[in-house]
Amino acid sequence: MTEVTVVDIIGYIVILVGVLFDLLGAIGLVRFPDVYNRLQSATKSVTLGTFGIMIGILIVTGFTPLGIKALICGVFLLLTAPVSAHALSRGSLRFGAKMWKGTVIDSYGKDKLGGPQIESEEGETKESKEKEDEVA
Amino acid sequence: MSVLWISILIILGVASFLCLFRIFRGPTIADRMVGVDIMGILFVGITAITGIIYNLSFLLDIAIALALISFVGTLALAKYLERRTLDD
Repeated sequence: MTEVTVVDIIGYIVILVGVLFDLLGAIGLVRFPDVYNRLQSATKSVTLGTFGIMIGILIVTGFTPLGIKALICGVFLLLTAPVSAHALSRGSLRFGAKMWKGTVIDSYGKDKLGGPQIESEEGETKESKEKEDEVA
Repeated sequence: MSVLWISILIILGVASFLCLFRIFRGPTIADRMVGVDIMGILFVGITAITGIIYNLSFLLDIAIALALISFVGTLALAKYLERRTLDD
């Protein structure tokens, strides 16, 4: 094992923080109640985490070909991941995926789609009541 | 290959399995597309970590190409999603 300098330790710490951001984003992808909440959690923290991994590789290896390619890859991710997340959220709103019922405001749906796209609790209870009536 | 790199790869693998759970159990198509997008970005990170473990710089080229393919594929899927409704 070669010797470990202080710069290497700083790079390892940056890589570890990035990996923890990745893990937290994936946990948010499973735990959140809604398409839009999942998209927000996962895209923000996973983009930042992978950018941290790339910056950590640049710090560890210095300005070798590996480090410069890692820097280019990180900048590319930082530019393109928000664009794809925006396209996905707009597409799923046009597709008709409802928001979580605890959502407070939906200006885009009110202006462009003729009414807020928030999932209503009353509709579900009505359907369940009708089913109960049919059973009775 | 020390304990640090093995633990980092294991954490990234666990994150990919969580995305796989969302792909299989997603209530709508939009959830599955979000899972595929996030899994693509995680694979870019895994490829870069493998590149620094074995000191191979061409794996970073593969990571850049993977990020580009994931971006274009997600844009195409979102454009396809806008043309559909919940009925079919």
